[in-house]
Amino acid sequence: MQHGALSSFSMILLFIIGSALFLLGGLFAAYLLAPRKPNHEKLSTYECGEQPVGHAWGQFNFRFYTLALIFILFEIETVLLFPWAIVFGQKELIEATQGRWAWFAFIEALVFIGLLLAGLLYAWRRGFLDWARPRPKVPSVHSPVPHALYENVNRRYSPPSKQKA
Amino acid sequence: MDTLLAFGIYLGFVLVNVLIVFYAERKIAAFIQDRMGPTEVGPYGLLQPVADLLKFLQKEDIVPQAADKWLFRIAPFLIFPAVFAGFAVVPIAPPIQHASLETGLLFLLAIVSLDVIGILMAGWASNNKFSLFGAMRSAAQMVSYEVPLTMSLLSVVVLYQSVDLSFIVQMQGSRAPSSLHWLGLPALPADLRAYGGLLTWNIVRFPFLLVPFLVFYITSLAECNRAPFDIPEGESEIIGGYHTEYSGFRFAVFFLAEYGMMILVSLLSVILFFGGWHTPLPNLGFLRLNDWTAAGTSVSGTIWAVVWLSSKMLLLVFFQIVMRWTYPRLRVDQLMTLCWKVLLPIALVSLLFCSLWRLWMVLG
Repeated sequence: MQHGALSSFSMILLFIIGSALFLLGGLFAAYLLAPRKPNHEKLSTYECGEQPVGHAWGQFNFRFYTLALIFILFEIETVLLFPWAIVFGQKELIEATQGRWAWFAFIEALVFIGLLLAGLLYAWRRGFLDWARPRPKVPSVHSPVPHALYENVNRRYSPPSKQKA
Repeated sequence: MDTLLAFGIYLGFVLVNVLIVFYAERKIAAFIQDRMGPTEVGPYGLLQPVADLLKFLQKEDIVPQAADKWLFRIAPFLIFPAVFAGFAVVPIAPPIQHASLETGLLFLLAIVSLDVIGILMAGWASNNKFSLFGAMRSAAQMVSYEVPLTMSLLSVVVLYQSVDLSFIVQMQGSRAPSSLHWLGLPALPADLRAYGGLLTWNIVRFPFLLVPFLVFYITSLAECNRAPFDIPEGESEIIGGYHTEYSGFRFAVFFLAEYGMMILVSLLSVILFFGGWHTPLPNLGFLRLNDWTAAGTSVSGTIWAVVWLSSKMLLLVFFQIVMRWTYPRLRVDQLMTLCWKVLLPIALVSLLFCSLWRLWMVLG
């Protein structure tokens, strides 16, 4: 069965509309079958049984911003690699140019990927690929009494069972 | 009319497989956890998925007071059509019509990633902290897995110089339009089209495709939000993730989309690596077993083609399920490390190797 590009895309459109209609049908069935008894408790936001505190639409830490930028670069790279992957090894093109086409296209892609790979390595080295982990600050006490003195006191007054033999 | 019939066939195919996978998931989970699983409804609990479906229909559809009502209602209807449109370009048997796009694979990857927008929409509209975290984690996950996933599939594309899925399937059977040699090298004398079957499957003809297949398989688990990558809906951390607030039929739609996605990525694996609808049995003498499913002229051959495709796909889904109940969940940063620092370099090296191999195939 041969189909032009238009009929293929119209078929995809049919699939999208058809599945949406299928879901609407299911929703209609649920509308007929399901009870509708809303009350205040039921409509409140679920927070494990607690009273919800505030709402979720606030500011929050978007920690993977740099990663998202790198992602966009690589995603564009893959989109550009698709046409390359389809033409670089075509037999007719290679034969028409006595093999020069293949090596030219291959090395060109190598340069292209290499540049982005260098970018990835840079981001890797600089730690942009790491989820910014919180580094807890360990509290330290600056006391004029030397630390060893505390230990001596502890050793002296701790019960004999806890003392090291 | 043909197109409507094809739509019906695809919808039936997806729904039947979703029911099978749903039942299998519960039984396998039960087996792994040393339980019985569903036993009450029908023999061996076989009707459990149907009973669950009816239950979903009978449940109240709750829209929380604080939610953005319209976005909340629309979100599931964005997710499932995005997944189902992906099925449109997947050939399931030779005579059954599908959208034979020449850009099939690219289209599929593009439309399927749209469901993340639906997830973000659902998570944001719920106005629930768990939902919002689930949605954000989903976005974080997407920026990690998407690149190695696409790169691993490019390895197959460079070998065939095509993203047309039906062409790639045809090239893995006895009815291939051009001659097939083992490893793709014309220097090897035997034309595998004489035998077909297992020998012409990509994974056998090009054994090095095992590497991109494994990369694709791991990233596709992340694409389906399945354990060990079910970070956006980790029950023990953020309740249900982005679908915490959903109930009734709308929840069922999320469910359907997730299982549909499992089936879709497994189908894609089968088509690109395991010979699509072709049988593993070769042509032997007068028994033209491979031609039978590849020709698409007889009704029995078509049914067998669908059966082979489904059984290969269900086998891959089986491993997905076993993995879900075997491995613990990764953290977000572990997923990022895995995708960017392990899988992406592997996929790039494999792409480089495959493109060099293609040059060897042509230049000899």
